Amino acid sequence: MLKIHQLHKSYAIGDSSLHVLKGIDLNVEEGEMVAIMGSSGSGKSTLLNIIGMLDEADSGEYILDELPIKNLTEKKAAVYRNKFLGFIFQSFNLINYKTALENVALPLYYQGLKRKERQEKAMFHLGKVGLADWAKHLPKELSGGQKQRVAIARALAANPKLLLADEPTGALDTKTSYDIMAFIQQLNDEGKTILMVTHEEDIANMCKRIVRLRDGVIMEDKKVNQVRAEQYV
Amino acid sequence: MFDIDLWREIFQSINMNRTRSLLSGFTVAFAILLFTILFGIANGLQNTFAEAFVDDANNSISIRSGRTTKAHKGLQAGRRIQFKNEDFNYIKEDFDDKVEFITARIYKNFQASFKGEQNTYNIRAVHPDHQFLEKTKIKEGRYINQNDLNNRTKSVVIGRLVGEDLFLKTRALGKYINLGGIQFKVIGVFTDDGGDNEERQIYMPVTTAQYLYGNNDYIDQINLTYNPEMDYDQALAFSTLLTKKLKNRFSVARSDQRAVRVRNMAEGTKAISQMTVGLTFIILVIGFGTLIAGIVGVSNIMIFIVKERTKEIGIRKALGASPRSIVSIILIESILITAIAGYFGLLLGVGVLELVGPSLKEYFIKDPGVSNGLVIGATLTLIIAGAIAGYLPAKKASRIKPIVALRND
Repeated sequence: MLKIHQLHKSYAIGDSSLHVLKGIDLNVEEGEMVAIMGSSGSGKSTLLNIIGMLDEADSGEYILDELPIKNLTEKKAAVYRNKFLGFIFQSFNLINYKTALENVALPLYYQGLKRKERQEKAMFHLGKVGLADWAKHLPKELSGGQKQRVAIARALAANPKLLLADEPTGALDTKTSYDIMAFIQQLNDEGKTILMVTHEEDIANMCKRIVRLRDGVIMEDKKVNQVRAEQYV
Repeated sequence: MFDIDLWREIFQSINMNRTRSLLSGFTVAFAILLFTILFGIANGLQNTFAEAFVDDANNSISIRSGRTTKAHKGLQAGRRIQFKNEDFNYIKEDFDDKVEFITARIYKNFQASFKGEQNTYNIRAVHPDHQFLEKTKIKEGRYINQNDLNNRTKSVVIGRLVGEDLFLKTRALGKYINLGGIQFKVIGVFTDDGGDNEERQIYMPVTTAQYLYGNNDYIDQINLTYNPEMDYDQALAFSTLLTKKLKNRFSVARSDQRAVRVRNMAEGTKAISQMTVGLTFIILVIGFGTLIAGIVGVSNIMIFIVKERTKEIGIRKALGASPRSIVSIILIESILITAIAGYFGLLLGVGVLELVGPSLKEYFIKDPGVSNGLVIGATLTLIIAGAIAGYLPAKKASRIKPIVALRND
């Protein structure tokens, strides 16, 4: 599903350059739930951004679902992001002047769906995250957990192959975090491939595999026994 | 292609970000409002000047007399100079090739009455050429002619308002009007662009006035227009020569400014035309100044808006928005706001001018107004400026990596 080979990335900082990713090799199969861990500066977010086509690698191979991702034009990257990827951010990143329903419908708008179809699909996904009653509310009227659930519904709306989460529980309290994790686990149970960046051990242990990064290289890559989040809820 | 969803997105964005929309709209509306009002007022000033000179022929020279202020050739100061028919004939014959139209004027003031109505009017006794000098327009009947002069007919040409005052709704032409106890036949009614005052004048043959009021050949004033083929310098030379000759004729000192006064409108015309050029220049400076201030305002707001929306742009891009859709959503929104606000400012400006315009007449501002083309042009300029000012940052924003935009908290 996802193949990464010898991925390098450096950032220019003034005159010198910072080598952030120093040859990453990573394969992710369909249906996996992977946590990428590491201290800050280890390159975990950079890796996720490259996988999410929000950023570009300097060298190396990245193949997503048999499709080589390289030298994409802005337009093509936009299409791929829309078709293949769903994003969940730490700070939710909902558009503040749009209602929950409109936020969820936005990726469908960029898919070119008709308005009615968009609203039906968006409503379905909002229902799935249990927020059907909140469809007409603006983000500022929702709690943190609710916002993240709207964001998850939005990520799911376009039916992506891969779900990318950048510290999805970073802005939430423990109880809400487990709530969200339980939901993400449920999505994984249904067959979604999920890649998430986190620095919290307990959250990482709720995935099926942990990849540890340090100074731009993979230190450890192991399968773990998944801790189910439901038991804490 | 009309994309209803795109427009829905734009209207939602405008509607949900009202402060932002109102702010940018206000800037544009205010710029256009100021532009309209300033331009309108400047145009009003220009109208006043233009009007001041449609009244009379602007190649005219008027000659008046007064008392001498200096003793000369054994004659004492304080002597009164009186023009007579022979002076009129002298100018007419000696400067035949330089004079276009020439008329004498005698001023009188009489109580005029017709049936029950009466009023006091200024009377001017003139030659037929006076019609062309004063740009008098005959509405009905005819002007004074040579025949009237020869026969000293008791006929008058009355101003439109004299007719309205005395004859009310009835027709004045052919009726007899009582002027200071003598009956005159109304042979014509005229209009004049010089205003109400000019239309309350009564004209009669110069010979009639001389015969009836003193039986002399006195003249109060001589008006003439010089040959229009003469240029400004020639015209000035002509009036200088005329002054010199007349002063000699009446034994008046060269430096005596009061005894014989020759006023050449060419001098005034030149000053006025220079003033008009100056005024036009000021108008242009004001207009473009306002416009540039507006452009700067719109540009600033556009840059601010794009900055403010950077995060939203990042989110949209992460969700699959193409760079083009980002640029168009920002641009169309800006153009829409600028156009609506510009139109609003235009309406407001024109409304203010309409409302305040008439009361500005006493401040030398007549019919202030602006041509539609000009204001629409100004609005279009602002729209285009707003579009360009918005396009560059929007284009830049559409190119930044979504991850950078998203980090921008």
